Amino acid sequence: MNIVVLVKQVPDTNSERRLTDSDHTLDRASADVVLDEINERAVEEALRLQEAHGGEVTVVTMGPDSATDALRKALSMGADKAVHLSDAALHGSDAVQTARALAKVIGTVEGVDLVLAGNEATDGRMGAVPAMVAEVLGLPALTHARKVEVDGSTVRVERETDEGVAFVEAALPALVSVGEKINEPRYPSFKGIMAAKKKPVTTLGLADAGIDAAEVGLANAATTVVEAAPKPPRSGGQKVEDAGDGGVRIAEFLAAQKLI
Amino acid sequence: MRLNDDQRALRETAADFAAEHLAPHAVEWDQTKHFPVDVLRKAAELGMGGIYVAEEHGGSGLGRMDAAVVFEALAEGCPAIAAYLSIHNMVAWAIDRHGDDAQRRTLLPGLCSMSALGSYCLTEPGAGSDAAAIRTTARREGDEYVLDGVKQFISGAGSSDVYLVFARTGGAGARGISAFVVRDGAPGLSFGPNEVKMGWNAQPTRQVVLDGVRVPVSARLGREGSGFAVAMSALDGGRLNIAACSLGGAQAALDKAVAYLGDRHAFGAPLTSAQALRFRLADMRTSLEAARTLLWRAAAALDDGASDATALCAMAKRFVTDTAYAVADEALQLHGGYGYLAEYGVEKIVRDLRVHRILEGTNEIMRVIVARDMLGAAS
Repeated sequence: MNIVVLVKQVPDTNSERRLTDSDHTLDRASADVVLDEINERAVEEALRLQEAHGGEVTVVTMGPDSATDALRKALSMGADKAVHLSDAALHGSDAVQTARALAKVIGTVEGVDLVLAGNEATDGRMGAVPAMVAEVLGLPALTHARKVEVDGSTVRVERETDEGVAFVEAALPALVSVGEKINEPRYPSFKGIMAAKKKPVTTLGLADAGIDAAEVGLANAATTVVEAAPKPPRSGGQKVEDAGDGGVRIAEFLAAQKLI
Repeated sequence: MRLNDDQRALRETAADFAAEHLAPHAVEWDQTKHFPVDVLRKAAELGMGGIYVAEEHGGSGLGRMDAAVVFEALAEGCPAIAAYLSIHNMVAWAIDRHGDDAQRRTLLPGLCSMSALGSYCLTEPGAGSDAAAIRTTARREGDEYVLDGVKQFISGAGSSDVYLVFARTGGAGARGISAFVVRDGAPGLSFGPNEVKMGWNAQPTRQVVLDGVRVPVSARLGREGSGFAVAMSALDGGRLNIAACSLGGAQAALDKAVAYLGDRHAFGAPLTSAQALRFRLADMRTSLEAARTLLWRAAAALDDGASDATALCAMAKRFVTDTAYAVADEALQLHGGYGYLAEYGVEKIVRDLRVHRILEGTNEIMRVIVARDMLGAAS
């Protein structure tokens, strides 16, 4: 079973993240960049499926040259090969453009049975790209998976929502986006790290992937960020004076926040 | 001078592993004298059981510079566990480097996966710095050797499966020494009580007692009489690793001090705004950076097989372990009374790092090695 995993390099969530002043796109220079944590889980899930069913795992990213580090991380975890769509014209692409571009790149990988992705990236937090990619490719989309099983030509997923868990299935080929609870990603082993540099990484420009430059980039985007403001600092919180009913009131507060 | 892509990735794996599996438990393991063998096996799954053992025998096939980076990152979580891993790796490397095919085939897979732990048995109650004066004997009887003697301060003893034992097969001095592999369970092999010690509590230290232990001739590592060379060759790398362990411990202590001084207010301001303290932090960081630079230089020399590698390893071991200890002690001082409490994890680092100035060759012996390299042997 051949699997494509969509991955993204994002600013480390532990560092301060900013948009650039000039065009309100992500300021990649201001923060450490890493392979998005949710993508590590998607790669982990792909590797587990590969261990059970064989086939090849290909990681695909769209991003600047530095995004090769994110691919390398995925390769060092155990993925077999990588495709990197890198072109200055992609700068500022919105979710629809990104999904179309990724769909083209997935099309360059032969015999794809399953596309795996994280359900959202920690930087943009659109949470839309996986479903859009499925739409463009005409694949069934099974999103927010907390468990994935493949049986023959069927993929079964436990889909987690605020309301409960849905048990859904689709015929392969399909796209699955995974949530944070799906697994604990492995650390790259020392052997994996040393092997990663020998694995094939294909770098594609727009023309290589058959993408029309007029369809991508900030100037052609359907949505653009016009302004951004940092979150206001946290306020002091809510004080509860205990008049004998403190425990009950705390429990009520937690219940109202859906924490208990 | 910077790490390459591979080394940065190796560091990341080791640092992430240390942050998840070592740091949160380090104080507790120290207090309860717990040797976390299960965690060591997890580390081995990532390739830390045979860091510079050839890949064909289950190792990671890395170099000494790579190892220095890995041990520093591990020691940021727990210097005592990182240091035990160094000793285990010395044993694995010595078998890969000096063993024959059969020895590699039978011993290395277990050592690399750490299903079998290794102990390095050179020091004796009466022979430490003067290692060529060891008195443990290996007497040849037909197809066997019979080993008698006592080994002192042996890390992992009682828990290990593979004991690399240096014993006298010939006359006095270095040339009369041979190396042997003794497996756990051998009749006549026993261990002293777990030593009560200042630090390094997360790994056991015991005497290894050899009382008529019989091993086949095939358990000898290398030629008869080559044992001292085997012992010393393993120590060059071991010294770099111990230095790296000191560096990681001191770096963790400095990081704790920076965080503490930022939180702690006195005389109406955070302590990080006091220039006297800022200067001390600056000096501590500078000292560690200088130490790291010398460590990397020595590691690169050993990787390159440079003729001055042994002297550089001795310089690095002496300088880095002394410097890192001073920085860790300073970090404790900057914590005030809290630094003296186990809960803050700094006093534990100071206690762990103290012994790095003594073992793998004392820092006095390091000066002997450096001076001999400059001046020849003293008359």
